[in-house]
Amino acid sequence: MPDSPLLAVKAIDSFYGDFQALFGVSLTIEADQVIAVIGANGAGKSTLLKSIAGLMHPHSGEIVFDGAPTTQAPAFDVLQRGIALVPEGRRLFPSLTVEENLLIGGQSRRPGPWTLARVYELFPVLAERRQLPAPALSGGQQQMAAIGRALMTNPRLLLCDEISLGLAPIVVHDIYARMPQIIAEGSSLIIVEQDIMQALRAASHVYCLQEGRISLQGPARELTRERILAAYFGV
Amino acid sequence: MQWFNIILQGVLIGGLYAMFAAGLSLIFGVMRLVNIAHGDLIVLAAYIALVVTQELGLNPLTSLLLVAPAMAIIGYALQRGLLNRTLGDDLLPPLLVTFGLSIIIQNGLLQLFTADSRKLQAGPIEVEAFQLMPGVWIGILPLIQFIVAVTVIAGLQILFYRTALGRAFRATSDDQSTAQLMGLDTRHVFAVAMALSLAVIAIAGVFLAIRANFDPAIGPARLIFGFEAVIIGGLGSMWGTLAGGIILGVSQAIGAQIDPGWQLLAGHIMFLAVLAVRPQGLFPKVSG
Repeated sequence: MPDSPLLAVKAIDSFYGDFQALFGVSLTIEADQVIAVIGANGAGKSTLLKSIAGLMHPHSGEIVFDGAPTTQAPAFDVLQRGIALVPEGRRLFPSLTVEENLLIGGQSRRPGPWTLARVYELFPVLAERRQLPAPALSGGQQQMAAIGRALMTNPRLLLCDEISLGLAPIVVHDIYARMPQIIAEGSSLIIVEQDIMQALRAASHVYCLQEGRISLQGPARELTRERILAAYFGV
Repeated sequence: MQWFNIILQGVLIGGLYAMFAAGLSLIFGVMRLVNIAHGDLIVLAAYIALVVTQELGLNPLTSLLLVAPAMAIIGYALQRGLLNRTLGDDLLPPLLVTFGLSIIIQNGLLQLFTADSRKLQAGPIEVEAFQLMPGVWIGILPLIQFIVAVTVIAGLQILFYRTALGRAFRATSDDQSTAQLMGLDTRHVFAVAMALSLAVIAIAGVFLAIRANFDPAIGPARLIFGFEAVIIGGLGSMWGTLAGGIILGVSQAIGAQIDPGWQLLAGHIMFLAVLAVRPQGLFPKVSG
């Protein structure tokens, strides 16, 4: 198949027990592309990322990564194929040091450009605090460690769930400023954000989720503020 | 001098208790599973060693080269085939299943080996001793047992804090779903932990069986000793577990000196005293 996308999510329905969180959601991302998924709280953004990462399995629909279906694959297997998730709220391992957190990512043994040294180069502050327990870091530093930990798996597709959540704007700016380096090393990105402006700046293509359905999608520069607001809030 | 001797003997036996406890502590630490069958698995290891020594004519200590890997394989299979299915948010299913396993092992051993007391014969080493100072003799076997116990504890400590496997144990213990996101197959990680626990059990079982008579019903009492050592030492610290085992051993030795009937009672009283005064144990892991 010529030009098959890196990831294709095809009409998935995902549930938490009896509660349906996603309704026929489809999405594609090409290699070296950055896309953003925006939407209000509870719109299904995190559910979408968890479904792609293999933490949840859709009841129907299909997820194809790099030509192979991953719809029912467990998370550790999905990671081995090259999809890493930076989870919402960072979720660093509290009893591990900063460096050990990064090394856990490296234990997947996927070959690629990212090593401990490269991650420290990207986030020098982590090198200074490598021996501290993860909870001793500030929120922004924890977010850097969580991104670094995911990069250590040398992902072809990096999923970032709300990396600006709870962080000062200057810190968010600082983290987003590193994104071009990550993309330059060959990772595609799916960024989930509540901060619409941040998402529009970083991504070339935007999907808007509303109550579990895609309410709007298109190239970032073609979407007007009015259309996004309408899709975001459903007004 | 007499009391010094008693305490010393208590310390040496404490090493064995620490080995009972180490596997228990490891499993609880990694997967929050309280293995009620732990004591019966110790006895199972003793019987496997009995068969191996009788069939192959090996010394019990040499037989560990076969018994420890065999127990590790049993542990891996047990975890993958049974115990992983019981793990979840609820603590009750693994308790019930390992309780059932305990009954199955006891009765299976009873069926195969009868209720007769058995003992492993390690040869002349069993009674050899050297004089440390006037009135204080140290048995070679208890000394070996203690050195092995310290080595096992140190090995587990290094494994936990200095190796990739230990990192995977700690990460999985912290947060299972994030561990999976980082590429760790938690079912495999748990099974490796159980394999390791049962390898330690094998060592403890063989030393137990050389030291004293055993029969299929003695498992639960070993489980209690293991529990007590873990709680006295404090959860999550291997060196604490060693200290817990030693404290339990010394308490029993002192109790036995006062009155032979007080040996076990003194250990239990010590355990209750620690639980009452310092419920987190004497050397809990520094909370991180």
